[in-house]
Amino acid sequence: MSDSLLEVRGLSKSFPGVRALQGVDFTVRRGEIHALMGENGAGKSTLIKVMTGVYERDAGTTRLDAKEIFPRSPREAEACGISTVYQEVNLIPHLSVAENICLGRQPTAFGKIRWGAIMQRATQALARLDLDIDPSRQLSACSIAIQQMVALARAMDVSAKLLILDEPTSSLDERECEELFKVIRKLRDEGMGIVFVTHFMDQVYAVTNRITVLRNGQLVGEYLTSELPRLELVARMIGKDAKEVAAMESQQPGMRSVRDEKPFLEVRNFGRKGSIAPLDLSIRPGEVVGLAGLLGSGRTETARIIFGVDKPDCGEMFLDGERVSISSPRAAIRRRIAFTAEDRKIDGIIPNLSIRENIVLALQASRGTWSKLSRAKQDELADKFIKALRIKTPGPEQLIKNLSGGNQQKVLLGRWLATEPRLIILDEPTRGIDVGAKAEIEKLITDLRRDGLAILFISSELEEVVRTSQRVVILRDRKKVGELAGDAISEHAIMNQIAAPTAESKAVVDV
Amino acid sequence: MFNITHISFWIVFAALLFFTRKQRILWPLLALALLLLFNDIFTPGFFNLELREGHLYGTLIDILKHGGIVMLVSLGMTLVIATGGVDLSVGAVMAVAGAVLAQAAINHQSPFVAMIFALLVSLVLGAWNGLLVAGIGIQPIVATLILMVAGRGVAQLITEGQILNFTDATLVYIANGYLLGMPFTCTLVLVLLAVTYALTRGTALGLFIESVGDNDIASRYAGVNSRFVKFIAYVFAGFCAGLAGLVAASNIKSADANHAGLYAELDAILAVVIGGTALTGGRFYLLGSIVGALLIQTLTTTMYARNVSADIAPVPKALVVIAVCLLQSDKARRYFTRLFPRRNPPAAMTETLTAAAPKVEAGS
Amino acid sequence: MNRINPKYIPLAATALVMIALYVLGCVLYPNFTSPRVIVNLFGDNAFLGIAAVGATFVILSGGIDLSVGAVIAFIGIFIASMIASGMQPLVAIVLALVVGTVFGAVQGSLIRVFDLPPFLVTLGGMFFMRGMAFVVRQESLAIKHSFYQQTIRQLVIPLAPRVNIPFTAMCLIAVVVVATYVCVYTRFGRNVYAIGSSENSALLMGVPVGGTKIGIYALAGFFSALAGCVSTFYMQSGNPASFVGLELDAIAAVVVGGTLLTGGVGFVPGTLMGVLILGLIQTLITFQGNLNTWWTRIAIGVLLLLFIVLQKAIAGRGRA
Repeated sequence: MSDSLLEVRGLSKSFPGVRALQGVDFTVRRGEIHALMGENGAGKSTLIKVMTGVYERDAGTTRLDAKEIFPRSPREAEACGISTVYQEVNLIPHLSVAENICLGRQPTAFGKIRWGAIMQRATQALARLDLDIDPSRQLSACSIAIQQMVALARAMDVSAKLLILDEPTSSLDERECEELFKVIRKLRDEGMGIVFVTHFMDQVYAVTNRITVLRNGQLVGEYLTSELPRLELVARMIGKDAKEVAAMESQQPGMRSVRDEKPFLEVRNFGRKGSIAPLDLSIRPGEVVGLAGLLGSGRTETARIIFGVDKPDCGEMFLDGERVSISSPRAAIRRRIAFTAEDRKIDGIIPNLSIRENIVLALQASRGTWSKLSRAKQDELADKFIKALRIKTPGPEQLIKNLSGGNQQKVLLGRWLATEPRLIILDEPTRGIDVGAKAEIEKLITDLRRDGLAILFISSELEEVVRTSQRVVILRDRKKVGELAGDAISEHAIMNQIAAPTAESKAVVDV
Repeated sequence: MFNITHISFWIVFAALLFFTRKQRILWPLLALALLLLFNDIFTPGFFNLELREGHLYGTLIDILKHGGIVMLVSLGMTLVIATGGVDLSVGAVMAVAGAVLAQAAINHQSPFVAMIFALLVSLVLGAWNGLLVAGIGIQPIVATLILMVAGRGVAQLITEGQILNFTDATLVYIANGYLLGMPFTCTLVLVLLAVTYALTRGTALGLFIESVGDNDIASRYAGVNSRFVKFIAYVFAGFCAGLAGLVAASNIKSADANHAGLYAELDAILAVVIGGTALTGGRFYLLGSIVGALLIQTLTTTMYARNVSADIAPVPKALVVIAVCLLQSDKARRYFTRLFPRRNPPAAMTETLTAAAPKVEAGS
Repeated sequence: MNRINPKYIPLAATALVMIALYVLGCVLYPNFTSPRVIVNLFGDNAFLGIAAVGATFVILSGGIDLSVGAVIAFIGIFIASMIASGMQPLVAIVLALVVGTVFGAVQGSLIRVFDLPPFLVTLGGMFFMRGMAFVVRQESLAIKHSFYQQTIRQLVIPLAPRVNIPFTAMCLIAVVVVATYVCVYTRFGRNVYAIGSSENSALLMGVPVGGTKIGIYALAGFFSALAGCVSTFYMQSGNPASFVGLELDAIAAVVVGGTLLTGGVGFVPGTLMGVLILGLIQTLITFQGNLNTWWTRIAIGVLLLLFIVLQKAIAGRGRA
């Protein structure tokens, strides 16, 4: 049963300024669960969107059942036999379960929808997956897990040959995941090909037969799950080979003085259900604490509850030893905490305002509406940060949306530095910016640390974390699984902890 | 036919166009210029000005005078739209303000007390809208619809269904008086414009409004109190509508709860959008809204001067609405660029930009 | 687990309000129990009801249509002038329906093809139709034709001695039945719900979003035109200045009838109840005699507020 079902050959796709996929091959066989792995920007979602007809490819071929296909819309892909379940449940919340399963292909008689037949068909589709869900229930009244199952049932309702699961488990708990796995194993045994995208290492090893790794839009390789140790998988995802990883161990700089000061920020047993399990964390002035972990491991979630975007539901937080509770970003800023969010475009820049306005915004907000910074003061601040952060721009009145990603990031850094924060949380500050700008941002972080700032640094690039951090906290599957300090920090050590299977994770490496 | 005032008018206007050639306001000004030019050539007497008893009269003066109401309303509307919202209730608020004014005047309150009452009531109504939008989080169209429906009922309740006439000289002066040879409404508009400008640019409110309208989430992450900003915008819109309500009532020396401010919300929204403020929020242009209001009024007056029934005036207005929409729509612009692929004016600017800063790399 | 589906709560509230108002009327005024009250309720509010049904489709899809009142006025004067210039009434009515549908389709295309906000496009539509009504004729025009003076007046169903169901009421009921059928038993109807609930999901689920959207506005245009025709039956005339602000009453009726203004949830029969509630308030105020008409508007505003806050509360609970 190992004949190939889907064959993608030499697939390329470019967007203005970026080559998302370069000559990628991808093969899925009948009756297998195939994991598609890769970090941010690896090209997974582009590959999926090309297969499901959301994007048009630039070059390459796709064969399904040895027949060339060219889907131009999700609907056409579905007609070919490719069904997709997305991370965000893409169903209609206000309609019933049954209708969601049949929408767009309701059985009709002379144009009249046969509701009885819909119920019957939905019941069958649910029964096929051994699901006990009342099909007449409104979808929004169901839990996310159930909704995900309904999406699966919908995908199965068209006689699908290939099922793509794009991070379906990211909002499910363990028991719900197990339910889902039961269903997809059953489908696998029926001979279907299943593509499974996830960030959870344990899940990959629990259900998949084969793994394809992508990095920077290129194929790294295809492996049998049973033959690829976890550590090697992580190494491939972040672009090292295993020999390098082994050699890396001893090449770390010794310059890691951890000052013996009292921490500026300390959280104890701090967490929020569904986003991050309770954890302890402290950051001293003049210290960079790295948060390492794969995408979806709870890095951003940790930052968000510290900054007051999300409310923690357990634990305590101390600033300078004083117990505080921060309920909003405004409260966090008053306590001199700053946060540059992961998604610059959505949570960071104010696109149609100038660089000057973007820089003064947070400082002005902390001063209130009525005491406006004089224009002279604003210009001075803008000039200061354009110079200090080496922002490349014709002038401070340029709209921020016209800058490159790296320069936008520097403007946002300038926005926060203008408020003279004591702690700055940087969530993926180097994501999507070019190599030169990355190096500059890294240097800035080191300079800021020397000036006595406490910094929480989140990055997918382990090298960056290793180079800049005095301590590293490692997260996996929304849990803190370890902490490294000083000379113990190395890519190898971090990877070991990221990759460790759950059973071993109790043996937290303490340094 | 070509007298001195006439020629000097066009010289001034041409200079105005020249000095604003790089600004957003150029387009509404240009449209206004075309409309005026059309009238200059085809409508006899359009540019005639007459000085009687130290007061200026003429079609142009009429435009300023009658456009005053929309200008006042559009200033408040500009701020609301800039936050990404809309206020449908301004017409109803005008009716309420007029009703309060007339009722107070009839009950022998001093004219100033009557005005203060009316303005206080409009502030409260604005605060009500602000509470629904910023406090409870109801979408602006829906939230202000409530007052739009109920407001006129409240106005009728205050006037007891009558058209209340008043004769107080001070109140009549608001819309019919002259100051320095110009209608007093012009002064009122200028003062409110100055106040709005001071409120938004003299404080950080303008920056906050623009940042909240452009990217609400990012603004909140930067510590901007987005609810407060929105609330203030609606309160101010209520105040502006109240002021316009006073002018409308003074204009006809009575409060007519049924007809005062009818369609004012639509004209004001149109003026704001013509003026360059996008309906999606963000950057706002106070002077643009004023020019937009002038354009609408000139359009109406043109029809009137050319003996086209005022009732038909909505037709060209409709075409203006759709044209402005299409001009502002990215998608429509893309269609048109595809139709005329060789037009390429911003090339020079793009080049300097790319030379100075490497272009944004697309996220993966 | 067998709690009521939250989407039925506003509908239940609507029914409750309607029954309460009727019972209140019956308790306060003995004449209120006459079947004539109910018949008039349907007959007098027929054109509002038909327009509101059209608005229901638009609001269900998450849009808004401000052109309703102007379209009705235009169609009214259009039919009146056509008949006055010698056209057969039935031909004029069919022509009017075509004009209304095409107009709606144009609005829908502008919204869909150029991604323009429905609010502004239908605002433009409102201005346009109001102006065109006056282009057709500057003042109101009575319709003098045997079809109007006799045929329509005789098309009644006797209900009780001297109480007949007028033709306008029959039109309203027919429209409600057909529209309910379209909403529940056609793919088009279900697509309207899907788009209003989540346009992005609908697209990914293979719903033809573009065509459906244009269809929705075309349908709304058709219903507005039909309301215009029914208004001529009722008024026996056309008037270009009439029905100013009727779109607000239509939207209010839809919201009071339990349709979410954000789209995705709602029921055509609910809209009928919403219209009847507005009518009942008016009737009650007429019966009372001392209360003035402006209380109608205030009462509608208060009802709107209550229902919007109720919707907000339900939506908030659903998310939590």
